[in-house]
Amino acid sequence: MLEKALVGSKKYWAWIFLLLGIAGVGTIAYLYQFIYGLGVTGLSRDVSWGFYIAQFTFLVGVAASAVMLVIPFYLHNYKQFGKIVILGEFLAISSVLMCILFIFVDLGQPMRVMNVMLHPTPNSVMFWDMIVLLGYLGINVLVGWTTLGAERKAVAPPKWIKPFVYLSIPWAASIHTVTAFLYAGLPGRHLWLTAIMAARFLSSAFASGPALLILLCLIVRKVSKFDPGKEAIQSLAKIVTYAMIINVFFFLLEIFTAFYSNIPGHMHPLKYLFVGLEGHTRLVPFMWTAVVLAFLGIGLLLFPATRKNEGTLAIAVLSVFVAAWIDKGMGLVVGGFIPNPFEKVVEYSPTLPELLITVGVYAIGFLVLTVLYKVAIAVKEDTAGLEIPH
Amino acid sequence: MSINRRQFLKIAGISTVLGLGSTAAINSAKRSGLEASTVSPDPAAIPFKRWGMVIDMSKFKTEDDRKKVYEACHSIHNVPDLGNPKDEVKWIWEEKFGATFPDNENEFASHEAMEKPFIVLCNHCAAPACVRVCPTKATFKRKDGIVMMDMHRCIGCRFCMAACPFGARSFNWKDPRPFIKKENLEFPTRTKGVVEKCTGCYERLAIGQKPACVEASNGGIIFGDLEDPNSEIRKTIGSRYTLRRKPALGTEPSVYYLIGGNENA
Repeated sequence: MLEKALVGSKKYWAWIFLLLGIAGVGTIAYLYQFIYGLGVTGLSRDVSWGFYIAQFTFLVGVAASAVMLVIPFYLHNYKQFGKIVILGEFLAISSVLMCILFIFVDLGQPMRVMNVMLHPTPNSVMFWDMIVLLGYLGINVLVGWTTLGAERKAVAPPKWIKPFVYLSIPWAASIHTVTAFLYAGLPGRHLWLTAIMAARFLSSAFASGPALLILLCLIVRKVSKFDPGKEAIQSLAKIVTYAMIINVFFFLLEIFTAFYSNIPGHMHPLKYLFVGLEGHTRLVPFMWTAVVLAFLGIGLLLFPATRKNEGTLAIAVLSVFVAAWIDKGMGLVVGGFIPNPFEKVVEYSPTLPELLITVGVYAIGFLVLTVLYKVAIAVKEDTAGLEIPH
Repeated sequence: MSINRRQFLKIAGISTVLGLGSTAAINSAKRSGLEASTVSPDPAAIPFKRWGMVIDMSKFKTEDDRKKVYEACHSIHNVPDLGNPKDEVKWIWEEKFGATFPDNENEFASHEAMEKPFIVLCNHCAAPACVRVCPTKATFKRKDGIVMMDMHRCIGCRFCMAACPFGARSFNWKDPRPFIKKENLEFPTRTKGVVEKCTGCYERLAIGQKPACVEASNGGIIFGDLEDPNSEIRKTIGSRYTLRRKPALGTEPSVYYLIGGNENA
């Protein structure tokens, strides 16, 4: 089926080469980091995880969101999602791929990465994270490719794929739960030491992932003959609405516990993020941007008129997506390290090589996404109008 | 039952995967029973059940007294001096009272008391969070209580740095070798991209010597076996008021601090 990605318009190839170019720049920046060491980043012994790990954490959420299409379609026979469930699965594939790359570029000794398999350590959450991420990648490749292959031949997918489809549902929850456990089980990092972390991760995932899917659906409709369907997009928008409201609610629960209990350790990182601590305010403008965007997004989604208008819907889901990205892709990871174990504020910001590598990884992810979507859409265009059972 | 070529290949492929997988599983199960060190110990080595320290800050009268301790450790362990806080690597250093014991800050205590320096290092916790999170067992707990680092196995994921509530761990953000003042050829240097920290002077204990910081402390650091009720360290902890850093987190630090009266404080 991959040959379908080799035929495309001039615009398609321009986009492919643009992504290749960005990925190339990222690769050169990575070689520089590989030779010099992680010292090329803004990280320090006080803030020892930064942009890379934050992107990884955020993208695990995007990957997990495929389940928001799988559940309605396969468990509730919601036919509107039949056309786009493959888009969710392929988004999951490229997101997990980016997750793996972000972990890889964050390693101090990348050549030793196989040590995680050579010396399996079940007491480490990272070991389980590797297992669930690789498993989720495998399941989505298998399910996505098999169902699309069947669709190309206009036949129902083979029966043996069903157990894998059902397995993908709890597995999607597991990738984000285990990723939350990376943080939620550490003593002495008050921002992360919260039982609601996994729940927050899932709610944020089910807001940001489907939000991105809506944007992708709108783009797909613009650049191809395949229409994901107005009703499918509207259903996704409702999912985003509920999930984002729950996400904001969960966050407010954190604020309540920290500030009503008045425990300094719990208040410090939140103060750092939203008002600054000891005069250090680097993340404050970003966090408030996230707050404004979150409420703007929810507002536009709540009113049927603005949700049903695809122009305002696009603004709404973009707002939700950026708000979730700032929250997890910037605030959560860095905020956990501030103040440091000696109650001192040491700030962090990514450096140019770090940003280039980050953008490079995103370019690779979007390249894979583009190729997969191209294949999927080509199949959809071929079989348009045919009713295929599932 | 007859099978065609396609079915045969399928079965063969699946059995190969299963076979390889189970061999690997059996091997790793076997391996877990092995000790890291299989050579017989030096007869001079002090037998230990649980590495422990009591640091008596009253014995360190001047800044020089403390610097001697840091220097003794950093020089023999090839700890580089990178000259900036961002890249900093350190095994033993000092922090103010308020930073060392953040839960014991007190607005009415004298400014002097809160600013008093305390020597800090890895606590070699009995329930170390760093060991729990390490995905490769590159950091592990030895039978003598030392929380050890295998710098050859470390993949540099820095999960241990996020897990340690004491800020005891440093990362080699770049090649540390050019920044070692005078290399001690008896002790390994490190490469870029690995985490390091105090290793409890395992190499000195193995030949019957006390840790370098203890030796340089002029009696300011009492070192011994926390599991031995007759040891000086146990008698000190049993008879005087001591503090540990962040005991509420349950990591059970093995480094104790003596907080005496006026003259000892």
